[in-house]
Order: sequence, then C-alpha cells, then structure tokens
Amino acid sequence: MSQLASWRTGSTRVLPGFGLSMGISVLFISLVLLLPITGLFGQLAKLSLAEYWAIITEGRVVASYMVTIGAAAVAALINAVFGLLLAWVLVRYEFPGKRLLDALMDLPFALPTAVAGITLATLYASSGWMGRLLEPLGFQVAYTWVGIALAMAFTSIPFVVRTVQPVLEDLPIEVDEAAMSLGATDSVAFRRVIMPHLWPALVTGTGLAFVRSLGEFGAIIFIAGNMPYETEITALMIFVKLQEYDYAGASAIASVVLFVSLALLLAINIWQGRFVRRLHGGKG
Amino acid sequence: MSMPTIFSRSLIAIALGVTVSGTVTAQERELLNSSFDVARELFAAINPEFQAKWQEEHGEEIEISQSHGGSSAQARAILQGLRADVVTFNQVTDVQVLADAGLVAEDWQQAFENNASPYYSTTAFLVRKGNPKGIESWDDLVQEDVSMVFPNPKTSGNGRYTYLAAWGFADNEFDGDEEQIEDFMRTFLANVAVFDTGGRGATTSFIERDIGDVLISFESEVNNIRREYGSDDYEVIVPPISVLAEFPVAVVEENAERNGNSDLAQSYLDYLYTEEAQRQLAGFNYRVHNEAVVAEFADQFPEIELLKVEDVFGSWDQVMDTHFGSGGVLDQLQRR
Repeated sequence: MSQLASWRTGSTRVLPGFGLSMGISVLFISLVLLLPITGLFGQLAKLSLAEYWAIITEGRVVASYMVTIGAAAVAALINAVFGLLLAWVLVRYEFPGKRLLDALMDLPFALPTAVAGITLATLYASSGWMGRLLEPLGFQVAYTWVGIALAMAFTSIPFVVRTVQPVLEDLPIEVDEAAMSLGATDSVAFRRVIMPHLWPALVTGTGLAFVRSLGEFGAIIFIAGNMPYETEITALMIFVKLQEYDYAGASAIASVVLFVSLALLLAINIWQGRFVRRLHGGKG
Repeated sequence: MSMPTIFSRSLIAIALGVTVSGTVTAQERELLNSSFDVARELFAAINPEFQAKWQEEHGEEIEISQSHGGSSAQARAILQGLRADVVTFNQVTDVQVLADAGLVAEDWQQAFENNASPYYSTTAFLVRKGNPKGIESWDDLVQEDVSMVFPNPKTSGNGRYTYLAAWGFADNEFDGDEEQIEDFMRTFLANVAVFDTGGRGATTSFIERDIGDVLISFESEVNNIRREYGSDDYEVIVPPISVLAEFPVAVVEENAERNGNSDLAQSYLDYLYTEEAQRQLAGFNYRVHNEAVVAEFADQFPEIELLKVEDVFGSWDQVMDTHFGSGGVLDQLQRR
C-alpha cells in the first residue's frame, strides 16, 4: 500500500511521475527493442510451418548449431574461470597499472569485432607469432573449432568481469576476516562464505557471455575457415541466406538463435530469483 | 584572446565554411555509383577523368560518389532505398534483382554494348614463386597435396565464377558425364583450405597468412595483387580454359530520374566504353573490347578459351537455382 502511494505522489522519486517515466520507458523499449524483433518475426510470416522446420533442421545448419553452441559453451566456461579471477584481482588487490587493466577489460566492447577477428587470425595462422610456436606442437588454432572458441572468448570476457566485479566490491574484506576468525580455512571461507554471494553474478555473466557468443559474426568469420559441417557458425548460415535474398530463411535461422538466447536468459533470471530468496531466508 | 573567444570564433568560422561549401555543393549535381568491393581504386581513377570531360563538354561541375561493398549487399541496399544512380556490379544476377524489382529497365542487358558489360575478366591462379606444385590448369588442382584458397561461392560472386570455371573445365574434359564431373568437383572443393566470405579475405589468407598453394580469383585481382605484393614472390597462371566473368552496368532509372541525373548516368556508363576509359580499365588488368586498346595490351592478356556461363549452364537464374541455392548441387557436393 505504501509503495502504491509513493508511485502516485512520487514524493520519494527523483524522476517525475510514474506515469510519464513508465510511458517513456515503454515507448523506448517498443521502438528500439520490440519493433526490430517484430520485424524479424514479420519476415517469418512468409513461411509455412513445414518450410520453417525444413530450413532450421537442414543438415548443414544443424552442424553449424553444434559448432556454435559447443564453442560458445567452451568460451563461456573459460571466461567464467578467468573472468572470476580477473574480477577478484581487480577488486581485492592494489598494484601499479590496476586502472589500466580495469580499463582494458572493456576493450572487447569498444573494438569493432572484425578488427579483433583479423588480428586473432593473423596471430594464430601457421605463419603468425603464436601459430608458429603452436603448430610444431600439434596445436592448430586458426581455421579450427579452437579458433572459433578463442574469438568468442575474446569478445565475451567483459560480461563475466563486469557482472562479478560490483558484487565482489559490495562484499567487504571483513566478511573473509570474520569467517577466518571463526576458524574457517581459506578454502572453506571461499566456498561457504564468498562463493554463495558471487554465484548469481557469475552465472549471469557466464550466461551473457554464452549468449553473446551465439550471435557473434565479425570476430569469428576470419578465424573460422568456414568449412561446411566443420567450422561454419550459425551467423554465417544467416549471412548466406541473406546473400541469396532469402530474408525469410535468414529470419528463420535467426529466430532459433534468438529463442535459445531468450530461453537461457529467462532461465537464469528465474533461477536467480529463487537463489536470492533462499539467500535472504525466503524474504528478498 | 581567451579560450572561449577562440572557441566561439572557430565555431563561427566552421559554420560559415559549412554554409559556403553547402551552397556550392547544392548547385553541383551528384552522381552515386554503387559498385563491388574491389573496384574502389578503379573508379577512383576513372571518375576524375569523367568529371573533367563533362565539365569541358557541358560547362558543369559534377560530383561523383562511390559506394562499395559485396555486389549482392549493394543490390540489397538499393532495394532498401540507397539512391544510387548507376550500378557497376560483378554479377548479372545482382542487376537482375533490381530489374525484377522495377528499379532497372527490363531489357538492361541490351541498353549497352556487350551485354552491358564494358569490361570483363576471367578466373586465374596466383601461385607462389617458382610454382612449386607445377600448377598449369584445373586438373592440377585436384591432386592430393594441393590446397587452394578462393572465396565461398555461397557468399561471393568471385567464388561462384571459380566454381563455374572448374565445372566448365570438367564438363569439357569428361564430355558432359555428370558423375565424373561431380567427382571432380567434390575433390576440387575438398582441396579448399579456407572459405573466406569475399575476394579480399581470400587474398589476405593466401598472402598474409601463407595459406594454400594457389589463390583463385579474378584475373584482374590476381594481377593487381602480384603487382602490389611483389612480382618476385608470386606468379600468375591463366589456365587455358576458364569462364568469362562479365561486369554488368546499368542505370537505376527510378533513382536517376528522381535525382535529376538521367542524362548524367547514361553518359557516365557510355564513358566506360570510350577508348580512354578502356585504356584505364586495361591498366587495372581488366579485359576490354576496344580493339586499339586490346592490341596495345595484347601481351598482358593471354588468349584462352573463355566459356560463357549462359552457354554451359543456361540462364543465370538456372545457375543460381540448381547450383548455389539451398540444397543445390554445391550443397550436395559438400554434404557429409
């Protein structure tokens, strides 16, 4: 009741009236988010259900799902581990160049991904700096599945770091100290005291990284090699359809990516809601 | 002078500059040429010549803008409203799409000489110094230890020509025996090391990343690469039989009319057939029709048998449907 009253009067809010703020928000979301998505599904209306099914289950397209999802999962898991470590180092330690490292974390957001892709391909090709060292050892990175995962890891690392970092900042070092003064060992304090607070952020970050990787095109296309059934990603399949002026087919494949992403994000949100409630003793 | 004054004065200066140049360009007519990816340098060289000629003949200053990208992507942009006055593409089908949408005249291929293709090319090979694998023609490419780079036929017109040229060769070699042709093509496609999405990407893979023994691309592109990256490191091989790659041009009538550029667009494309323009085109390693220029550049373009796509495969529409469409022959050849 009290909450309702404050919506009406707006006395405790900085922004003017709920009606106006909400109205503008909904309008903005409609124009920027919902309209393009509606457009996408509008294209799908040109297909019958059987056609739609045939397009999204075609062998080569299915193979591209496998490549994309597999590589995205690997990239997301790697980023979960190293993103957590990076966030930890950035929050808990003071060292020269910390600001620089912090700023560097956002680079994959700012850098055109095609530039990253070309650079990675140059590095890991058999004539490149890294490729020259790895190839004699039997590791081929460029033009394989590994290269795709690597490019995905590059473009999605900020998602993990930037979601875990603020949560860790909110968790004062006194919490660790309290745990230890009560007799917990390092590992127990980490597992039982710190991790429960970080879980939701870490899972969200990893999920975002995964979803981002599913749609990535620019960074991957140069290092993938694009061989049918082996290193073709789903975004390339969409590009191929567009090249054939087949907008409906492109939208059909895009809708699969969209659906997987949406389902995953929704699942994470629901799980997180439960988690938070449990953490706060059923209240939150 | 205090900072704010400097700032405001320069602002005024910029504002004045903008209005002045704005009024100048308002009087100038602007022609937009929408073209394929690798023609950037070509038209950058041709446009000033045409501008000078137009100025001389009509006493009018004009501006020519260029827009480049994959040929199909450019066609899509025009379908979606890019107001290009003329198109100079590397794919007949990309102009046909515009004709089907009513933006270009239905009989556009008759509007200019030589199927509305003022210049043409073919597919050729670039090999590393000394040609270590001894590659002379298409059948050398299906050997086990040869790896090739050419763009994906699904996403690149350039790659499509390569596929069609190899098919045309096999068609000749095996006297039209479907099964043998398809076997040949399957091996051919399996020898590809990287399927880049466009011609320039394939060039990068071959040159910068040292991938593959052969790069297959347009003869013009291959020669330009060799000139740019050192004629000592690479050799150009033009196979004795290949496919004729047309570079069709057309006036986008609806846009040209709306922009008041109909006459200009027509003259611009006519200009590409003049001797001076043809000489420039030959300088960029494109094959041309003007006999004087052909004679002049004879040793640059070896005489080979050029297959016409329409003769071997029927219409381009058929080619796209049977070979490159979803589930088409290309898909079947690459199927696992």
